[in-house]
Amino acid sequence: MKRRTLLGGAVAVALLGLDSAALAQQAPIKIGMSMAQTGGLAGGGKASLLGIEVWRDDVNAKGGLLGRKVELVVYDDKSSASETPAIYSKLLDVDKVDILFAPYATVPTAPLMPLVKQRGMLLIGNFSFQVNSKVGHDMWFNNAPWGPADSWASSFLDLGQKAGGKSIALLAADQEFAQNLAKTAREVATKLGMQVVFDQAYPPSTVEFSGILRALKAAKPDIVYVASYPPDSAGILRAVNEIGIGDNVKLFGGGMVGLQFGTVMENLGSLLNGVVNYNTWLPEPQMYNDGTKAFFETYTKRAVEAKVDPLGYYLAPYGYASGQMIEQAIKAVGSLDQKALAKYLRENTHKTIVGSITFAADGEWKESGVVQAQFRGVKDKNIEQFRSPGKQVILFPAKLKSGDLITPFEAARK
Amino acid sequence: MFSFELLRDAVLIGVLLGCFYAAVSLGLSIAFGLLDVPHVAHPAFLVLAAYVVYFLNEHYGVDPLLAGLLITPLFFLFGLVAYRLYYETFEKRGSDAGVRGIAFFFGIAFIIEVLIILQFGVDQRSVTADYVGKAWRIGEMRIPFRLVVAFVVAVALTVLLTLYLSRTFMGRAIRAVAQDQEALRLMGANPIRIKQWAFGIATAVLGIAGALLIIVAPVEPTLDRAYIGRTFCVVVMAGLGSMSGTLVAAIILGVAETIVLTLFGASWAPAISFAMLLGVLAVRPQGLFGRRS
Repeated sequence: MKRRTLLGGAVAVALLGLDSAALAQQAPIKIGMSMAQTGGLAGGGKASLLGIEVWRDDVNAKGGLLGRKVELVVYDDKSSASETPAIYSKLLDVDKVDILFAPYATVPTAPLMPLVKQRGMLLIGNFSFQVNSKVGHDMWFNNAPWGPADSWASSFLDLGQKAGGKSIALLAADQEFAQNLAKTAREVATKLGMQVVFDQAYPPSTVEFSGILRALKAAKPDIVYVASYPPDSAGILRAVNEIGIGDNVKLFGGGMVGLQFGTVMENLGSLLNGVVNYNTWLPEPQMYNDGTKAFFETYTKRAVEAKVDPLGYYLAPYGYASGQMIEQAIKAVGSLDQKALAKYLRENTHKTIVGSITFAADGEWKESGVVQAQFRGVKDKNIEQFRSPGKQVILFPAKLKSGDLITPFEAARK
Repeated sequence: MFSFELLRDAVLIGVLLGCFYAAVSLGLSIAFGLLDVPHVAHPAFLVLAAYVVYFLNEHYGVDPLLAGLLITPLFFLFGLVAYRLYYETFEKRGSDAGVRGIAFFFGIAFIIEVLIILQFGVDQRSVTADYVGKAWRIGEMRIPFRLVVAFVVAVALTVLLTLYLSRTFMGRAIRAVAQDQEALRLMGANPIRIKQWAFGIATAVLGIAGALLIIVAPVEPTLDRAYIGRTFCVVVMAGLGSMSGTLVAAIILGVAETIVLTLFGASWAPAISFAMLLGVLAVRPQGLFGRRS
């Protein structure tokens, strides 16, 4: 297990003319977390961690919190759910951290929830989906903009229905996160009166998707909702390009994880065109808030050295926002009291680089901040193109909309 | 939902996918099937080859298949060194038995995985070539070119390796060492050098197999884990050490997997390889094409 004790910002503090000796005498505020740095989730985990590290350096440059420096205690959880409970026990009992951040993604986070609830610790979630729905921990705050459980599927299916879609095919990875998405999609489809003509879960080790897509195509759906993980997303899109998906498909995509990552987008290039997929941040003019531009300037420089996603739109700004939320809470409360911090986070609106965040009772965003965007005019092997607006046109929500849906899918692919 | 068109397509795609499985298993068929080396790092070697092919394709524009061919001598040498290391540290001392030999190769696999992460990062990588992302149309059917490439390469590799093992002096020596190492020693040949050579060949084959791996689907550093079960299943099912048997067993696996995936629900597909393996071992413990010892 690799331990990284990350100290930074001391030089900047000295430059600011603060009394660095006095600052050093006080023990730092320790924020503990595990993060996928190897294994299947490592691409996202590393980008997310870099976002948090940028925040740590910014806050330390401003003099830290409560006059103390902020230090991150990070362990690699190898993307595995079996690693995280032991890591978090260690963070609490051996490292004695003051604040806990959750690891990236649903699967490593889920097994932590009972432990954190039992120990009465505040936990800032990191892009997990519905992990608190059954645990009901009242000190859980997710940084991800998912909002109410069904908003993700309903935004996509709404677009499909407006485009004239009446039947739907569901293709989802056989894993916690994707299955949760598929479940809500099934419920929303029933509510909207849509017919589910194909409903399949595929195992995460699937190598070749041609067979599944043939079966899907034979069902002749109007809307295809895919909830997939990064390696599969690429495999599915390749197979779609090779064997086609049928002329009647009006909308394709929805919940494909991976299409938000720079290198995956670069690799897939023109295969992305026409796909409508969820995202959390895009370089469209409506998505900039106070500090967003400065954050990405720093991130882009550091991403090259750290060999992480050069774009970093999906997770990194939300990692930074996690820091901003805890920063605001600690400043307002004036202590590290977990209950007081949780109360502040629950009752206030927090201004971050990804927008204003207000939490619902379950610790998820009160209002969903997920966007559905369609890939347009993407060329092969060029990552820089994704930095300019117009490559991923936002269709939903209305307040962020930057264009209209092109349909049917086959037409949008050209 | 059943139709004959779907079944026909599933069988065809299954055959092509099976050939791909064969190509990535042939090296293991030599290393484990003939030499009895518990080479669990085989898929890690395969992923390493795929990354080298990626590097040559990305930075020098070399066609992935050509890149695969170019790196075979390099992988041959790598195989020679790897076997020598294994022999000196484990086999020679008689500590290769049981779990320890496996632990050695697991260690190697983890080291390779970490080295790939350090060098290339954790993101997925893929290659560009004319035959990647396009399909061959036959009437209503469309067959992905990349699978056709895998099919052709797998058949060619199987034929070449079968000829090599049966027609050349070194090939026959490899088969001899697999049958009776002591007898070979009594005849004045050095079985260790022959085994080292054979391990070199097994690793060299991975150069081309690695190219196929990244042609068929994008790769990421931990992809080897998905292939440990499949490759060992193919090799054991085939009957240890049979090249043509490996091809046939892989095709059976590919077809079974695709039919289940297409017609009966994808969730069952991973169970297929192991259910078939258990079935074969119960009925024919020596494998489909293995000789009874």
